[in-house]
Amino acid sequence: MIPADPRLRIAAAFAAVLSLSQLTAMPVAALACAGAVLAAAMSAGGLPWRRLMHLEGFVLMLLVTLPLTIPGTPLVRVGPLAASAEGLAQAALLGCKITAAVLTMTLLLAGLDPVRLGGALAGLRVPPRLVALFVATARYVETIGQEAARLRDAMRARGFRPRTDRHTLQSYGNLMGMLLVRSLDRAERVEEAMRARGFTRHLPLGEATPPTGPDIARATLIAGAAALLLLGDRAWPILSS
Amino acid sequence: MHIPDGILSVPVLAGGAALAAAGVAMGLRRLDDRAIPRAAILSAAFFAGSLIAVPIGPTSVHLVFAGLIGVMLGWAIFPAVLVALALQAVLFGFGGLTALGVTTLAVAAPGALAGAVFGPGIRRAARPAAAMWRGALAGALAVLGAAALVAVALVLSDGHFAPVARVMTAVYLPLAAVEAAVTAFALGFLARVQPGALSPLAVRA
Repeated sequence: MIPADPRLRIAAAFAAVLSLSQLTAMPVAALACAGAVLAAAMSAGGLPWRRLMHLEGFVLMLLVTLPLTIPGTPLVRVGPLAASAEGLAQAALLGCKITAAVLTMTLLLAGLDPVRLGGALAGLRVPPRLVALFVATARYVETIGQEAARLRDAMRARGFRPRTDRHTLQSYGNLMGMLLVRSLDRAERVEEAMRARGFTRHLPLGEATPPTGPDIARATLIAGAAALLLLGDRAWPILSS
Repeated sequence: MHIPDGILSVPVLAGGAALAAAGVAMGLRRLDDRAIPRAAILSAAFFAGSLIAVPIGPTSVHLVFAGLIGVMLGWAIFPAVLVALALQAVLFGFGGLTALGVTTLAVAAPGALAGAVFGPGIRRAARPAAAMWRGALAGALAVLGAAALVAVALVLSDGHFAPVARVMTAVYLPLAAVEAAVTAFALGFLARVQPGALSPLAVRA
């Protein structure tokens, strides 16, 4: 069901998520959400709970405050606050759309390693410099992450415990400063090594092969299903009246 | 500050993407091929830094470092932030695909501005203390600017989001304070240990 070609995966993910993010009718959004949950549950990875539970502070605030701030028929009363049916519906709609989009993205993109993704982005005509930056950053996220972990281990070994105080802030500032100093040293070595090997902005990202027919069909099916949902969404007010 | 898919309207998404694309193009033009590894490794360092959770009472906040990136990378902050957000979306599922443009703009534009306004003073500073207070302002303004831009994107998308948008910058005040302090201390460290590290753009002579 999922295309193998990373270029098609990116294209399908973009198209599908764009359609899903614009749904306005609750039944359609619920259907999209249920479909995505079903597909994710049946996939090899199962439901990605950590991704689903990750909510930015302001998204949480939206979900909590929408029922209270949108005027309408009061449904639940908590002290002086009343949650309106319209507000609850709006929050539920938002929740459905966010969930469906996160799951779609996980299904299509989570398994791709960044270097293959970089090759796919180059195939989709992303500027070569941006692709080179993407691949190199992805490559060094792990190395520099290990460097940061070593520095934090050293802090912990000296008895550092993060608290809400000046000492913690100063220690983290020094940690970041040291990490940047080490990163710049590393960058200098890498730059020299790459220049010695004649690096120009073009990375050898492998031959671009044309996408296969079945893959195109799979990507079209995914993007098409989402587009169909959007079409149904726009027709819903007419159908239900 | 990750905006998920499903919240913003199409005009806001398109407008944000267009402005972010202009910023990314500007940043890429300033970033010559030789500077790419350096920009990538610095981006990776900021990526690692953003995983640090600073405790604030019972909860904790993650640092963004937009002000510091703006000082160290200049306009190249746009492609650096776009790449970091794309990686976070793919690797961890943080933030949406369609909102990449708006999020890049919200984080990178205030960072670039902070870098342009405070960067020269920070590099010229005779004493670390002078670099530090400018760094604190750059760090705080970058966070509050990002919160304000996200608030604008929310209001333009849906009038119902206005109550939350109105308190956005207030909600991000604790993060702004933490970010100001950590940015100041990091800059103080760099000013003492390796002043050359603060040179603008990603190229050193």
